[in-house]
Amino acid sequence: MSEMKTAAYICKGCGLGERLDAAQLSKVAQKEGKANLVREHDFLCSAAGVQMIRDDIEKEAVTHVAIAACSRRAKAEAFWFPTVAMARANLREGVIWSQPDTDEAREGTQEMADDYVRMACAEVKRMKLPAGNTETGHNKRLLVVGGGVSGMTAAIEASNTGYQVVLVEKSGSLGGWGARLWKRIPFQEPLKDPVETGVTDMIDRIGADPNIKVYLNATLAKTTGAPGRFAAEIAVESGSVAMEEVGAIVQASGFGTYDIAELPELGGGKSPDVVDQAGLEKLAVEAAARGQPIRRPSDGGEIRTVAFVQCAGQRDDTGRHLPYCSGFCCSTSIKQAMYFKDVNPAVDTVVIYTDLRVPGSGEDFYRSGQEKGVTFTKGKVTGVEPGSKGCTVKFHDLILNDKDAAIQADLVVLATGQVPNSGVNVDIPEEEAAKMEVKPVSILNLDYRQGRDLPQLRHGFTDSHFICFPYETRRTGIYAAGPVRRPMDMAQAVEDATGATLKAIQAVENAELGRAAHPRSGDLSFPSFRRDGCTQCKRCTVECPFGAIDEDEQRYPLFNESRCRRCGTCMGACPVRVISFENYSVDTVGSQIKAVDMPDEFSEKPRILLLACENDAYPALDMAGMNRIQYSAFVRVIPVRCLGSVNTIWITDALNSGYDGVMLMGCKHGDEYQCHFVKGSELANYRMSKIDDTLKQLALETERVATYEVAITDIERVPQLINNYAAKINEIGLSPLKGFA
Amino acid sequence: MSDLNTQAVERYRNNFLKEVEENVEEGHWVKMCMQCGVCSGSCPFGPHWEHPPQEIFMMIRAGKRDEVLASDSMWMCTSCYNCIVRCPRKLPITHIMHGLANYAHRLGIAPKGQPTREFAKLFWDNMMKKGRVNEMKLTIGHYFRNGIGAGIKEAMAMKDVGLGMLKAKRLNPMELAGGHGLKDLKGFHAMVAKAKEIEDRKKGFVK
Ligand code: SF4
Ligand code: SF4
Ligand code: SF4
Repeated sequence: MSEMKTAAYICKGCGLGERLDAAQLSKVAQKEGKANLVREHDFLCSAAGVQMIRDDIEKEAVTHVAIAACSRRAKAEAFWFPTVAMARANLREGVIWSQPDTDEAREGTQEMADDYVRMACAEVKRMKLPAGNTETGHNKRLLVVGGGVSGMTAAIEASNTGYQVVLVEKSGSLGGWGARLWKRIPFQEPLKDPVETGVTDMIDRIGADPNIKVYLNATLAKTTGAPGRFAAEIAVESGSVAMEEVGAIVQASGFGTYDIAELPELGGGKSPDVVDQAGLEKLAVEAAARGQPIRRPSDGGEIRTVAFVQCAGQRDDTGRHLPYCSGFCCSTSIKQAMYFKDVNPAVDTVVIYTDLRVPGSGEDFYRSGQEKGVTFTKGKVTGVEPGSKGCTVKFHDLILNDKDAAIQADLVVLATGQVPNSGVNVDIPEEEAAKMEVKPVSILNLDYRQGRDLPQLRHGFTDSHFICFPYETRRTGIYAAGPVRRPMDMAQAVEDATGATLKAIQAVENAELGRAAHPRSGDLSFPSFRRDGCTQCKRCTVECPFGAIDEDEQRYPLFNESRCRRCGTCMGACPVRVISFENYSVDTVGSQIKAVDMPDEFSEKPRILLLACENDAYPALDMAGMNRIQYSAFVRVIPVRCLGSVNTIWITDALNSGYDGVMLMGCKHGDEYQCHFVKGSELANYRMSKIDDTLKQLALETERVATYEVAITDIERVPQLINNYAAKINEIGLSPLKGFA
Repeated sequence: MSDLNTQAVERYRNNFLKEVEENVEEGHWVKMCMQCGVCSGSCPFGPHWEHPPQEIFMMIRAGKRDEVLASDSMWMCTSCYNCIVRCPRKLPITHIMHGLANYAHRLGIAPKGQPTREFAKLFWDNMMKKGRVNEMKLTIGHYFRNGIGAGIKEAMAMKDVGLGMLKAKRLNPMELAGGHGLKDLKGFHAMVAKAKEIEDRKKGFVK
């Protein structure tokens, strides 16, 4: 790129002209911001205003643009200049809308605006226009792991969309659990009776599809690469090994059933007349083959009463069984009760439940079950005792509060849950895993530095951002679909697989263009590190939430751009600060911190730095502005990609240069995290928990740095937090370090 | 009457739900209750019932025949229709309550001396005499149901209301002497007899 030429634009629209001294802002941009070109405009986002900027870029060879107008979250289409580096000073939401329009407030408001102009000018100069690496791989085939309903759906959907698929299935046939069902729960009108599974159709379609290449009896021996250039080593049972190159992966490795032998108190494993739901499907398939009704397994006797025990070994709070609800089993029991009722209405079918949970269109199906005369009894089963002809089911009737209720049943069906088939838990060190009773078998066998499989969140299900990005795992380009992600039924698995497949397609397309996948979709910047400064501490490779960084032969970090989500967590982690993005670096933020004009210790004007996560905290602040909720004029806000990208040097720099306090606002972390980058805010919190030492070294109060968890909806709370913090600073007094910078 | 009860027990063995479905007005709805408890929570009398509607439906499904039919719970229903309006499953709860009460009464196992039931009987008999309700006689009959002493006490307690009604010409003392009736009393009786016959047939109470 040619020489740097910076231009600053001061907007006077939206009341900015009336509330602020634009001439003063121009002077600041010129004198302190050292902008080569400064222009004011009455209405910058208008066609004329935008054209003015465009002309400057074309005719004046402007390469760096600082726009002092509204929030960077507003008018993004108008201010879209992809050929230059750009920074925005938020004078509207961040200044005039959040400050009172009074004479007393005028000075503080102007100071705020002046500072934001200084910051934008300083920032933009440190930015480079990201070029994007388009050489990270161009393969657009998809690898689908698992040939059950989820995997088959993924393969069919991908092929329908025009992408080639390699489908790897561990067993000798496609179909998974779906193929073992007699009927499935209806998923479209009339929602009254069990319907054909449709699995055979799917298998046939895949067999006839030239776009789908199927490996049966096959597993992944090794997976290497990154989106756009994955290489999979497929080990087939016969001993042969095939190599396939793909651009993205859908992991639909499904689930296993919870072993009923773990439930002896419910008769599990004690009598053939106690089966799980999978067992009942088997009985139903066999009976249909014989053309007869289902018979009692122990002696072939007639079945007059069937009891369905819901939540068997699920939603368990004793710690012995599954703590969660698998979500599909209530509807499944209703379906299975209909297997009996539809053949012979005189068979008594009793579903004993504590809460009947029938998601989706299940309510209609439940009602149909009631119409068919299935009895629903709210109760907690306390024991199942197998006898010579059937079993005694003892339960606590929760409506009639009868602790000793009991029924006699010829067959008992336990609704056990789904156990995810997610491979090894990468958070358990390999040595420890080797000592485990049942050695987990890896599904993907990734050669990533951070482990062989997708990271898990809870109960063995793969981790994904539950609210915002459900399919996106912590390994970019690898998408989990179906019950490996969370427990679900067939209809949900179909939807899930379709969603995951579309995400996988986005991933290969983005990789081709060198762009980031979610949540910073389209971002062309990517982190790079200065090799000569790196001490090989490995912190970046350990802390990257997405396993993007491997190690090269010389043990330096090896960034895989297309695996990277551009969160900056590595940048925040690096103790020697050698990691940076073209347009986001220790310097772009550091220079903003230092650009703020620091009033002296006698001014009684504290300065508070607020590093706000751009995904939640910053929008919340903008919305506070839109709602004209006021907050202290002493605060200076800098949006960060993720709290994880905050390098502690920013904090020490800020304190050293006289800031009286530093606030950090990031997303909720922990099991119920809302961090867009999963681990970013957690890591930031961890790092900040260590900041006390630094503060002590500087002889500062620990209150001078404060971390908060905020959500995007905290529109009223965020200003409150700022005001409380300003009051706190007032209490402890201005920083003793002022004036030494 | 009680052999009707024995017959029913014989016929349905322990399938009380089926018995209710076949014999109780709107009884086929009982199986559709999803046990949400909204009816019990909506009933102004809910807290005073031994078994609120939700529980009664569950008891029917659990085969608790004697407890349900001998219960005085459904006799407490005032037909306010709160529950019907609110039931998410659209059960005609009020009608089922009356249906159950009526069935228990006909089987002869409804609770003896239950005030609602006693009053209902008094009302029916009073109306059947002349084809219309004689309010004077109904009121007096009701007050004196427990004997003269208790009757005088109760009547005295209500005397202001009674006098007010007399003044407002809402009560005619002359009705005490016989009272007036329908023009075609015979026709009325024939009509009721026919209705009963139809209902008996429908509910399997043919003699
Ligand atoms: S920490 Fe974030 S920015 Fe750094 S490599 Fe990993 S995903 Fe990319
Ligand atoms: S409101 Fe309706 S569904 Fe709910 S408990 Fe009562 S009758 Fe049953
Ligand atoms: S109609 Fe009867 S059962 Fe229903 S709420 Fe009113 S009093 Fe209760």
